[in-house]
Amino acid sequence: MQWIKKLVLWAWGILTTPAATLGLGFLTLGGFVGGVIFWGAFNTALEVTNTEQFCTSCHEMKNNVYEELTRTVHFSNRSGVRASCPDCHVPHKWTDKIARKMQASKEVWGKIFGTIDTRRKFLDMRLELAQHEWARLKSNDSLECRNCHSSVAMDLSKQTTRAAEIHTRYLLSGEATCIDCHKGIAHELPNMEGVDPGWKVPPELEGQQLPQSTAIDELERLMTSYHPASHSFAK
Amino acid sequence: MESLPADPLPKWVVDDIRKMRAYPDQPPVIPHSIEGYQLSVNTNRCLSCHKREFTQGSGAPMISVTHYLTREGQMIADVSPRRYFCTACHVPQADMKPLVENLFKDMSEMGVEPAGSE
Repeated sequence: MQWIKKLVLWAWGILTTPAATLGLGFLTLGGFVGGVIFWGAFNTALEVTNTEQFCTSCHEMKNNVYEELTRTVHFSNRSGVRASCPDCHVPHKWTDKIARKMQASKEVWGKIFGTIDTRRKFLDMRLELAQHEWARLKSNDSLECRNCHSSVAMDLSKQTTRAAEIHTRYLLSGEATCIDCHKGIAHELPNMEGVDPGWKVPPELEGQQLPQSTAIDELERLMTSYHPASHSFAK
Repeated sequence: MESLPADPLPKWVVDDIRKMRAYPDQPPVIPHSIEGYQLSVNTNRCLSCHKREFTQGSGAPMISVTHYLTREGQMIADVSPRRYFCTACHVPQADMKPLVENLFKDMSEMGVEPAGSE
């Protein structure tokens, strides 16, 4: 115990003593440059962990979820736009990204202790893992979907009548969010017994509107709540 | 392995208009896209709209009552396992020129009188 106290006191002494040989300019500029280098390195390292290559460097990801992704429209399609793992699973904004990365540090634990290191273990945990992602996307109103697919840019006349009707009824009204209906869009589904179909809004959410990530929908809804007559006129 | 030329895949008919059946027992064809629909032991995307319990909310036609019968003709509460894999019988269509000429004639055009009409 004594030596820890000594060490702390020694470090404190160094920190509180004015620099005797180094100039103030060196210290401030050096600190600035050092900070830039640290920040750059930190973000570069962060971005390295944000690539498909990094995710699939674990066989748990490569042999299960990545392989399933390669068979879906988000991997190969007519326009050649591909969504990679972090596009859907990591928020793009910095603070949210850091928060998600800290949560994901649990996955390192899982990797070390082999929580899902066999296919069997993975399949047994699939429902739980899927539920985490559904809950995450539900609570952020399918933010990662909407990074590419915005309801404002969605031309309903280019969709089939059925899709356009359903999107108008549930998505545009804010009654449901993308993940409610489009579960399993990029991976195979777990046993869905007891999981209601997405268009079926659970009773506790009925009549409640989800926070929309498009400000225009939000504005329109506010306007209709204040001037119900003007809205019906506009329709 | 040499690669062979292939015709482009035809587009499905996705107009959502119910097609008349060519004969009463014909499994109705699917008038919408089923691209990416998962149909496995874990999940059945078709049933999430066409199952009896969900038809009122989804507005989709209910799967026929025969799908609730076991092999022995016993009525059960859920879809019979032998009827679970929808695409074994029900398929989407593409507007294509048939490879072989089709001589099919609707039975109602063959002069059949309904029973009891004589």
